[in-house]
Amino acid sequence: MKCDLVIVGAGPGGSMAAKTAAKAGLDVIVVEKRQEIGDPVRCAEGVGKRALCEIIDPDPRWIAAEVSGARIYAPDGTSIVMSEDRAGDEVGYVLERKIFDRALAMDAARAGAKVMVKTRALGLCTKGGKLSGIRAMRLGDEIDIQAPLVIGADGVESKVGRWAGIDTVLRPKDIEICAQFLVHDKRIDDMYCEFFFGNKMAPGGYIWCFPKGENLANVGIGIQGSKSKGGEAIRLLREFMKSHFPDGRIVEMVVGGDPCAGLMEKTSADGMMLIGDAARQTDPITGGGILNAMRCGIIAGEVAAKALGIGDVSEAGLKEYEDRWRAVLGIHLERSYQYKEFFVKLTDADLNQLISSLRNEDISKMDLRGMLRVLFRLNPKLLWELRHLII
Amino acid sequence: MLAVNRYKCCYCGACVGVCPVCALELVETWLEVSADCTECGLCSKICPVGALEVQS
Ligand SMILES: Cc1cc2nc3c(=O)[nH]c(=O)nc-3n(C[C@H](O)[C@H](O)[C@H](O)COP(=O)(O)OP(=O)(O)OC[C@H]3O[C@@H](n4cnc5c(N)ncnc54)[C@H](O)[C@@H]3O)c2cc1C
Ligand code: SF4
Ligand code: SF4
Repeated sequence: MKCDLVIVGAGPGGSMAAKTAAKAGLDVIVVEKRQEIGDPVRCAEGVGKRALCEIIDPDPRWIAAEVSGARIYAPDGTSIVMSEDRAGDEVGYVLERKIFDRALAMDAARAGAKVMVKTRALGLCTKGGKLSGIRAMRLGDEIDIQAPLVIGADGVESKVGRWAGIDTVLRPKDIEICAQFLVHDKRIDDMYCEFFFGNKMAPGGYIWCFPKGENLANVGIGIQGSKSKGGEAIRLLREFMKSHFPDGRIVEMVVGGDPCAGLMEKTSADGMMLIGDAARQTDPITGGGILNAMRCGIIAGEVAAKALGIGDVSEAGLKEYEDRWRAVLGIHLERSYQYKEFFVKLTDADLNQLISSLRNEDISKMDLRGMLRVLFRLNPKLLWELRHLII
Repeated sequence: MLAVNRYKCCYCGACVGVCPVCALELVETWLEVSADCTECGLCSKICPVGALEVQS
């Protein structure tokens, strides 16, 4: 089998890359090891409304709910409210990823890409020292797919980068270990995404409650991998359920790992680009990765078409990918990583102080950076380490 | 030996991402452990549901 570009993984990143490249006239094959795209879900499904709409037209079929803001709880129970405008980068819509991921793959197929499910990439092939495609297992048979260019969009468990000599191993401190229930409970507030902080409740992470309409919500936990032990994430989530939703009915369960590793030194090699979770492009502080995967997927698709057009898919030929995605996300990921490194050190007393300091402030028209500036003004000692990021 | 409790595993792939020697592979719902495993135990610490255990 032959094509111009083979993409490993049909998540949001892979499908956007496939659609973009196919529209630009490339012959594209996407391999996805699952038999059903988008299932099982490994996500809390929250995205910023504005940011999503800049990438794709929203479709009611894959939007479960729209929220009007976020409520943040300190370990002592104090809460502050941010309206959607302010928290807009991370909340706004709660998606139905099973439908969303499939719709994106369908768009890629409509644009001309060939999507092969139940097909698992096994390794890269080389010919005369040059990358020449992938080996894959399709329904028990080994096949070769020849292509001069490969995109690794294979998510948290990515191997494509490792095969091409890029170290993408996640250190335990750079992965959030997650568990989530889809919960039905009358207490669920359909209008707000809620975040709960506390070192006992969620060490090095937080608990979220993202409403999906009609008293349903994704209630989940992320804890820092280095603070985890076997089964800790699910145990802590059960404890939270007992204290906050004792009558909640659990109708689905999700577990997963979310990279929070910050900027990788390189995300491309001769004949290969990495996108999305595979490139660790997830926001290290929030764990949000859907939109970044889509953005970088589009850039990679465009660069693929250009590079193949010129006939140079060497690392130098793919440099435009590195330059463009870093121009969009680089500073943001770098800052976020430093926030995370700082945040995981905070004690419950620190968290209480920070959150309650905002109670009497008008933060209604602020974005995250603006809010951090206010936090810094109110808590200079505590946030001293972050001064170079804030001022 | 690294033992996988297949009744517990939710096939999320988090362990695959942290294994320093690439000894794990998730085949849809089936986690494979290769002979490269050094029994370092990292994956068993991060498994969200506690499905992995290094047994002597
Ligand atoms: C519990 C949890 C909650 C999260 N919540 C949010 C949230 O609220 N908002 C947000 O924006 N992000 C969230 N994220 C992160 C988000 O899910 C990811 O960033 C996003 O899915 C990344 O998209 P992707 O296309 O890079 O990879 P993925 O969506 O992970 O897709 C990778 C695909 O590659 C396939 N694959 C892997 N290996 C192979 C192979 N060898 N051959 C063929 N196919 C392969 C996989 O089966 C998979 O389908 C969360 C993550 C977790 C774990
Ligand atoms: S981390 Fe645990 S639940 Fe996830 S695939 Fe590995 S063994 Fe299974
Ligand atoms: S015990 Fe260590 S080497 Fe073995 S699979 Fe787990 S992480 Fe990899």
